[in-house]
This record gives sequence, structure tokens and C-alpha cells, in this order.
Amino acid sequence: MFTSMTNRRDFIKKMARLSAITAAVSMFPGILFAEEQERGLPKGGNLDWKKAPCRFCGVGCGVLVGVENGKAVAVKGDPKSEVNKGLCCVKGYHSVMAMYGNDRLTKPLVKKNGTYVETSMDEALDLIASKMKETIQDHGKDAVSIYGSGQWTIPDGYVASKLFKGCIGTNNVEANARLCMASAVTGFLTSFGLDEPMGCYEDIDYADVFVLWGNNMAEMHPVLFSRLLDQRLKRGVKIIDFATRTTRTSMAADKSILFLPQTDLAVANAICYEIIKNGWVNTSFVEKHCNFTKGSTNIGYGLEDKFAFKDKPEKISFEDYKVFLEDYSPEKVEKISGVSAKDIKYMAAYYGDPNKKVMSLWCMGMNQHTRGTWINNLVYNIHLLTGKISEPGNSPFSLTGQPSACGTVREVGTLTHKLPHGVVMNKEHREFAAKIWDVPVENIPSKPTYHTVEMFRALDRGDIRFMWIQVTNPMVTMPKLKRYRDGAKKEGRFIVVSDIYPTPTTDIADVILPSAMWVEREGMYGNSERRTQYFEQMVEPPGEAMSDTWQIVEVAKRLGYEKQFYYKEETHIEEIYTEYRRHHDNKKHNMAPLEVLKENSGMQWPYVDGKPTKWRFNSKYDPACSNGEDFHFYGKPDGKAIIWQRPYEPAAEEPDSEYPYWLNTGRVVEHWHTGSMTRRIPVLHKAMPKAYVELNPGDAKRLQIQTGDSVKLTTRRGEIILPASVNQRGVPAPMQVFVPFFDENMLINDITLDSFCPISKEPDYKKCAVNIEKV
Amino acid sequence: MPIKSYLAHPHQGKKDELILAISALKHCEVVPAQNRDIIVIVTETDTREEEDNLKLKLEAISSLKLLAMVSGFNTPQKN
Repeated sequence: MFTSMTNRRDFIKKMARLSAITAAVSMFPGILFAEEQERGLPKGGNLDWKKAPCRFCGVGCGVLVGVENGKAVAVKGDPKSEVNKGLCCVKGYHSVMAMYGNDRLTKPLVKKNGTYVETSMDEALDLIASKMKETIQDHGKDAVSIYGSGQWTIPDGYVASKLFKGCIGTNNVEANARLCMASAVTGFLTSFGLDEPMGCYEDIDYADVFVLWGNNMAEMHPVLFSRLLDQRLKRGVKIIDFATRTTRTSMAADKSILFLPQTDLAVANAICYEIIKNGWVNTSFVEKHCNFTKGSTNIGYGLEDKFAFKDKPEKISFEDYKVFLEDYSPEKVEKISGVSAKDIKYMAAYYGDPNKKVMSLWCMGMNQHTRGTWINNLVYNIHLLTGKISEPGNSPFSLTGQPSACGTVREVGTLTHKLPHGVVMNKEHREFAAKIWDVPVENIPSKPTYHTVEMFRALDRGDIRFMWIQVTNPMVTMPKLKRYRDGAKKEGRFIVVSDIYPTPTTDIADVILPSAMWVEREGMYGNSERRTQYFEQMVEPPGEAMSDTWQIVEVAKRLGYEKQFYYKEETHIEEIYTEYRRHHDNKKHNMAPLEVLKENSGMQWPYVDGKPTKWRFNSKYDPACSNGEDFHFYGKPDGKAIIWQRPYEPAAEEPDSEYPYWLNTGRVVEHWHTGSMTRRIPVLHKAMPKAYVELNPGDAKRLQIQTGDSVKLTTRRGEIILPASVNQRGVPAPMQVFVPFFDENMLINDITLDSFCPISKEPDYKKCAVNIEKV
Repeated sequence: MPIKSYLAHPHQGKKDELILAISALKHCEVVPAQNRDIIVIVTETDTREEEDNLKLKLEAISSLKLLAMVSGFNTPQKN
């Protein structure tokens, strides 16, 4: 390819500029370069700036999208947004570019004789509907399924649930949030009886100490992390990074404490031991508002097909709990966890100090964990024992990874056991949903079917024959991927994939539908702090691309459900949202009307008497509290939260002589999950073009491996070769390695393990055993 | 033909002064951050000597607290 010298110099100059900007963004999350941003704007342009929530990550930053001549050409942080106050991270700043990649899908494609053939949208939708009918007729209604994501808008997820659960009559509805947030959900449900955080981002402005539990916020939630750093400059707050690997977060923190994988369970119990031993328990809070309960132990890891588990909660006394904690003194836990007794006491002292407000933050480290529900419970235990909960600055806060993991998957309920209000197992909840959906209650089965891992196992076995995948890329993200890729390709399976670009998942499709992305359609997302945000359609989608919502509505009509899917094309988003709000019409979860969402940068639920609820379960802020006390955990029948007795148990697969290292996987700041969008953004792709394996410098020296050398990683599932990264961005602890999963050319999930938390069914992507050798 | 990029940190309250001083130098492009006291500098010079001289001039600016190089490229001569 010919490149003129001038162009090459310009290109290199641009690369130099971008390298510096990228470095600045990673060192100072939230930093803005307005001049650089404006450099790309059309000269003399007359931009129309419209507000939207960012579509990358679960923080839910408000952005302003600049539109000119029918094209989105610029993004800036929305200064009116309470979430990000005008800041933007490197992904958000370049987000509109994700809509304009060269290989955007614009026409439906149908596989005929092994090759994809362009077809009309009508023909493709007809084919999907007829295949669904045929599958139901031949194999039963539980042979059809839909798999979506936390990037589904609220209307997308709502119509999916209504069609499959209410109309077809199968609970085969799942979403990739099962892979990232399910343990947070079961943590909330088991401790409080209701999902989602009691606090909000405003807690950051009040807390004195932030404990980050396995959470690389500097890269994964950079805008929120910049709010923490701001508070340190203004008020001298302390940031403690408690993790298994040294990251940019560790480097920016006041203290970095490393623990051995899985032993966060033991450390959390040790903190509780210290709180009790030192008399730091908030006795009146605990007596009034908490129960003590223990659950089953040795609960397994879900490695076998059709694995089933049901916890058996049993009430215990405070004294029983104290006896249980005797095994978790800091000195004993030091031996299991590698964390010094001094550091455990250091953390416990902050939690125990009545004059310090503490915010605990976590995301994938605690959720992607074979005891994910337990570790969520244990961090709540710390806050409940000290009464540091549900008030400004005292806040256990589970962060989310996707823009609507909360709004769609958790609130609409696009999981096999869920309904928009309640669960399928509850007769009253089924009756309530059936009434709003205008379907016979008998349509909604009372038993959940398959959680995500089991759904793909069912596809492999042939129990599921039809799967519709929207807004997600499971052929990169499923653990132990090879089994599920081979299963999806088997004869007699029919796969529909709705997406905006070709991906390894469209490779397994029989029909590919081009989707409208983000502001090419109208919709809403719900972020980590219970904030629902609306965005209007700002530009036309390319070619025949159509919103995921309308794709489902069109298929539903073709299946004969015109009565339930009565929505008009021009007003369907408003009609769907208005119908959806009826499911949450109560003080505990009321959603703001659409006109309120349109006027504001989102609104938090419960929205009661024209006001959002910032702190739930606290009678000063939450109108749903009705027990006459300061706090009311009304998710539980007796209004009390639960302090759970949960032990430390080892991971499903731990290093041994054959596979002596821990393998940890995760994300990078430049890329959104599997990179299917951000790798089409030249700046981000060039900044992080390919995956790598991070090694501990000591291990690398012993194995004579340097940065850039090829390294073979072998697990019991297979092997992969990656370039080494030593002392670069992140530094794993000795005998541990880290690999990011964004690179579809280096599929690390081919060798990960599909073990999961038996309660949440969320896989553990952070721990399996691996061998490494220089190639 | 070196092309280099730097992150420049000004002394407290001296960001604007630093931007002005760098902008006055030949072969320097300035990209200031909007909301932080950080300035991106891209330098493009014809020879190594020119580059070294420019760096000395940058480091002599009194409003500059710290200059950190991020990337360096060397391209062939134009002719």
C-alpha cells in the first residue's frame, strides 16, 4: 500500500498526540481535551447537541451528542448530569465513532448452503417466525430461547420477556448480565430481600474511606474513580485497593493490599471478627434491624450439566455467629489469604471507627466468583454490624458493567426466574404480570428453566433448538467456550443473531439481523444507582438496520400475538415504557413518567410524589419505610436485613503441580467488553490492538520471558499463545497471570472454566489453574 | 525527523502561562486539558540536535513543573 511521506508524518504526529492523550486519560480519569475533540468537528458546523446516557459501561454518564447533517459527529460530557458532571472517559468520548465502522451490518443475511445471502428484512423476520413455530411444534416451547444483554434497552428486554414468558410460555429468557451481575442480585436478595443498591453515587461526596474489593475502578469505571480522586484532593479521603493484582487503581490508591484468589471470603470474615472483638458493633442497629442466618456449606461448583442447588437457611444467634468467626482471626486468615494480620486490622479499624464513613465498592472481582453470593453477603455483614448502611457516605455499593444491566436485566427481569415485578415461582406475581400482559396466567410457567451456562449446555445437548441472540457476543464471552461454540454449530440448531457488526457470534448464525445502535433508535437505560435515563433517536440507522425492540415486535405479530403487541411503530417506545411502569406501580419501585425522564438527566427510582429516592431503607429519605424506626429493610417480611454466616471455601480449580499458576481474566480501559465496537474506533484499537498475558516480573525472570515474547498458556480445556507483558499496565502477584478478553483473535475463554456460584449461577472468570511456558 | 509527545505539568496556577510559553516555541503543538492542569505537547523537529535544543528550551520554562515523555518516533527524511 502506498503512503505518502507527508501523510505518514501526519499519521505519526497524530499517533504521538493520541498516545499522550491516552496516557493522560488513564492517569487522570475523566480528563477532557476539548481542543482535540473540536479538531474532528466539521468546520463552520452548526451542531445540534442532544442528551443521552453513554452506552458503554454501567456508570451511566450523561453525554451530549453533536449531530450535523444526519450524522453524530461529536460527544462531550453533559455538565448537567449528576452522574459525571461533564466528565467523560476515553470510550465515551469516542463513542459515536462506533456507529460508523466500515463493516457495519446493514442488510439481513440468511445462511443458504453454507454462505450468507442478503435478503429483505420482511423475509428474514418471516423466516425467524416460521422457524420458531416449527421448533415449538416439533420440540416443544422450551426448545426456543432468547439471550440478550445488559446493553438491551428497557423496551428491548420488556418485549422479549413478554413474548417468551407471557405469550409463547417458556422461561427461556436469559441475558449476559448473568455473567457479570447475578451474584450482586442474589447478594442483595439474600441479605435484604430486594435487588439493587440502597445508596447512590452521591455517597462518594460524603464518604471518608473507600474500600475497593477486587475492583479496578481506574480502568473500568474511570469517571467515578475520578470523583474519588477529586474527593481526595478536596477532603483527603482514603482509598484502599484490595485486590489480587496491582493495577492503575492500586497505583492511585493510598494503600494497596493484595490477597490470594478466593480468600476475600476469609478476609471479610476476619474484618467482622475484629469488629466484634474490639467492641465496634453498632449494637442497637443490629438488635433492631438484623437477623443472623447460616446457609448450606460445601455447595459445589456447577461443573456438571443440570447441576441443581437450593440453599437451606437456618436462623442462628449472635453468639453462634461469634463462635463461627473464631476460625477467622486475622492471624489465622493471614495464613490462608497472604494478607498480613496488620492489614486486616487496618481495614477493620476504618470500618469500625464510628467517626469514619465508609463506602465499599465492587464489581466483577466479587461477582465472577464461585462463592459470589457469599462474598456479597459478607461485605454487607461488615456494613450491617457497624450500622454503616443506607445513609450518605456509608454505603456498600455494587457497581455494574453494562449500561442497562440494572435497568433492563434486573428491573425488567430478563432472567429465567424473573418477571418485571417478582419471580415466576410466585403465583401472585405471575397473575400480576399476566394481567398487564393480557395473557392467560397459565401461559407463564411456574418453574425457571435454564440460567445462561445451562442454556448453552442445553443448546449443545439439543434440548434447545432455536436461540435468538441480541446485543451480545457469547462466542467470545462464554467460559469453556469451545464446548458451546461446537454445540451451537451442531445440526438441527437454528441461531438468530442481531448485532451491528460481524462477530464470532454472527459466525454461528443462520440469520443475521442488522440492528440499530444506541441513538439510531429511541430507548432507555438504567444505571448502577437506580437511575433510568431516556434517549431519543438522533440519527437514522444504516440500510435496513432496525431496533432490537421492533425486531421482536415484528416477530411477535407474525407469531399471532397482535393483541399483546399492539404498539404503533411511531409511538411504541412510549407505549411500552408506560405499560412497563405498571409493573412497578408502588412506593418501593415506582418509575418516573417518561416526560420526567425526557426533561432530566435521568431519574432514580423509587420515584415517589415527584421525587427520586436517593437512600433506600432509611426513613429520612425513603417514603416506603413504614415501621416507625430510623431504618426499615422492607424487602424481608420482618423488615430486618440478614447477617449471613458464610465460610471460606476454595475455588473450583486451584493451581497444582501440572498447572501451577492462577489465570485471571478481565477488561482494559480502551475496550468495551469483547471489543466488537471499540475495535472499530481507530484511536482505541491503535491504543490497544491485541490481547496479551501479564506476568509477575519474578516469574518472567525465572522463565526468561520478556515483554513481547510468545507465551503458551495451557489449562485442562486447551491452550493459547499470547505475547507477554511484564511490568507494563498491570502486575499480577507471583504465580498468577492476567489476560484481557476483548480480542476475538485470541480467545482466552477457550481455556477458562465454566464453574459458577451455585446460588447466582454466575461463572468465575477470575480463577482457574494454568501452566505457562515460553514458546 | 523526530516526533515526540509529552505530558507537561505546570506549577500551581501557572497553566495559562505555560500554554503561552510553549505556544511561542517553534516546532511545538499544544493540546491543553480542559479540566485538569495537564498539557499535551507534540514536538516535530528536523534533526536530533534541534530536538535536543527544543527540549532544553521547554525545560527552561519557569512555569513548567514536570515534563514527561510519552512517545517518540523517528521518521525518514522528507527528501
